[in-house]
Amino acid sequence: MLDKVIFFFFAGVAILSAALMVTRRNAMHSAVFLITTLLATAGIFLQLRAEFIFIAQVILYVGGIMVLFIFVIMLVSLDVALHQVQFSRQKWVALFVTLALAAEVGVMLWSSRQVPGQGFLVPNAMPAGKLPANTEALAGRLFDAYLLPFEIASVLLLVAMVGAVVMAKKRT
Amino acid sequence: MMPIGYYLFLSMALFLIGAIGVITRRNVIVVLMSIELILNAANINLVAFSRIFGDVAGQVFALFIIADAAAEAAVGLGIIIAFFRNRETVLEDEMGLLKW
Amino acid sequence: MHPTLHAVLVFLQTWWVELVSGVVIVAVVPLVAGYLVLMERKLMADMQARLGPMRVGPHGLLQPIADAVKLLIKEDIIPDHADKMIFWLAPVTSMTAALTALGGIAFGPSFLVARDINVGLLFVVGVSSMGLLGIMLGGWASNSHYSIIGALRSTAQLVSYETAGGLALISGLLLAGTLKIRAIVDAQEQYGVWFVFLAPVAFFIYLVASIAETNRAPFDLPEAESELVAGYMTEYSGFRWALYFLGEYTNMIVVGAVAATLFLGGWLRPFPNVRWMNWLDAVPALFTAAVGAYSVYRAGKQPVRVQVWFMWGVALACFVVVLILAAPLVVAPLKFMVPGLNGVFWFLLKITAYIYLFMWLRFTLPRYRFDQLMHLGWYILIPLAIVNVLAVGVAVILETAYGWNRWLAMLLATVITLAVALFLLRLNDKRAAPASSATPPEEPSAEDFYAG
Repeated sequence: MLDKVIFFFFAGVAILSAALMVTRRNAMHSAVFLITTLLATAGIFLQLRAEFIFIAQVILYVGGIMVLFIFVIMLVSLDVALHQVQFSRQKWVALFVTLALAAEVGVMLWSSRQVPGQGFLVPNAMPAGKLPANTEALAGRLFDAYLLPFEIASVLLLVAMVGAVVMAKKRT
Repeated sequence: MMPIGYYLFLSMALFLIGAIGVITRRNVIVVLMSIELILNAANINLVAFSRIFGDVAGQVFALFIIADAAAEAAVGLGIIIAFFRNRETVLEDEMGLLKW
Repeated sequence: MHPTLHAVLVFLQTWWVELVSGVVIVAVVPLVAGYLVLMERKLMADMQARLGPMRVGPHGLLQPIADAVKLLIKEDIIPDHADKMIFWLAPVTSMTAALTALGGIAFGPSFLVARDINVGLLFVVGVSSMGLLGIMLGGWASNSHYSIIGALRSTAQLVSYETAGGLALISGLLLAGTLKIRAIVDAQEQYGVWFVFLAPVAFFIYLVASIAETNRAPFDLPEAESELVAGYMTEYSGFRWALYFLGEYTNMIVVGAVAATLFLGGWLRPFPNVRWMNWLDAVPALFTAAVGAYSVYRAGKQPVRVQVWFMWGVALACFVVVLILAAPLVVAPLKFMVPGLNGVFWFLLKITAYIYLFMWLRFTLPRYRFDQLMHLGWYILIPLAIVNVLAVGVAVILETAYGWNRWLAMLLATVITLAVALFLLRLNDKRAAPASSATPPEEPSAEDFYAG
């Protein structure tokens, strides 16, 4: 019961904040609503007992990426941009296509719920009390089977750092 | 945990809202933020399935996606800053000309 | 019974401890932060050979309450074109992040707010790093040049020193082997020594990084009064400013708690496993009894009746605490409660000592200029922290896989890190000296927020 309440709370906050985020005129307001969406997503991760991903989301996304976004919005905030049209000319086409996609996926999910063995996978997942310690399990897989992708991710971050510095430097 | 369909529905809803944001907004910073939203939707999907099947590899992949999103946001914002210095605009339809 | 009502009652029954602790933290910690402000003013006065606030209570002890009342009844001013939603949100974010981070800390072996989270220490560090958002949003929402520049400088400083502090924490975590708070302190009890003695360089890096992270002197350029007015707090007045200020002091408590847990042994007394030091178990009760006796002694000498009653009240509280602390020592069946109750005392003592160190450094050292600050963070502290992680990792492997003596391995790690530190400092001196004499200083451009 508590599980359900937590899930619906975080899911509702996530969807509401996301909808608000893509419709705000002020880019800073959009950033604040993205922060609430990311925190709600972190709550969903916590509800799924993925504690390390929860805290990684909070530290990296909210404490890192969103700080970067807010920095850039502060640097490029133009009053001119606030008064112009916010949505491009293809908004109705986009809305129609997206809703069509939503309808397709919704129909697929709904019609598969009655099929035995293929329906909404009702929890035959391990009960929460018997899960192994999340951080240790994650670390075990990360540094054992997925060591190469881990090293590649480090190189990727290095390349991104160098690229961002080069891009943002002034040409003197 | 809830039946998996709820997580799939949430993930799909966030993905679609992010897709609407990417396609319809003119401000490129908001477009980048919507891309982050799409990546988050994928993360929710991955972690939900990792919980159902008891395999922590889904969470490992989600961690890589978070790291990758950080790198992409950094580079993308660097590009926006560089472009802003040149053209003084952040609206995507004014970024169309390759030549001055 | 109605199923929803039944569900709510079951929820309350399972989680009432956490809910009550949460309420206690939100209610008590701002008051404690207010008294930390008083402690700082009194210490500042003492080090400047004067007396500090003396009027409001006995020796100024009711000053924080007077300050709180004054700030609450002040007019709420919002600047003209400020963004109202974000202007309201920013101080709330700062305070909420600091209070939530306190929720993950364990004050004793059974005194935790949240049940022992798997990622305990990372939770505290991560949530307290969200206070950064409060600073940035506050600076931007004020719609004033000083605020924006102050916010950008403060954010840049916090981000740089957060990296260094996190790496220093990793060195400590390598020794502990886990992120759970209770397990970290148990590891220190098993080792028989606090981690500060095994990894002193990591503690020092964390000390410096935490001073910078809480915007304290000597790193307080973004908010010092003689600099950018008050930086990101310029346009805030009344209770909003109080929230920022209390958030900063609560952050100090959080940072002190993290250092105490990981490096200073948490709730363990000094020499936790040494039997002939067991008399230290009586120190908390004796200390509180001494404070109570002093209050009784001074109560008779107060000039004003309210102050007399206040001192008697303090004495009564001390007496009650002494009863609670001394009972397990004297009554034999309650002996199991000794580590728990004394643990809270030792933990609070360590946090107070750490914060005292912060305040002492504030009144002694001059302020860093912003480019010097960034230079220290990126050129010296981060490379040193990385080398420290490598060295401590090597030491742990030497101890576990090759059977070296623990002290020898950690001594080797410390020596290597100090050698690298000397090398870095020598390198930075050499780089600074010829550069300043050869090239003339560049014009600071409009977009260079780090310029003097």
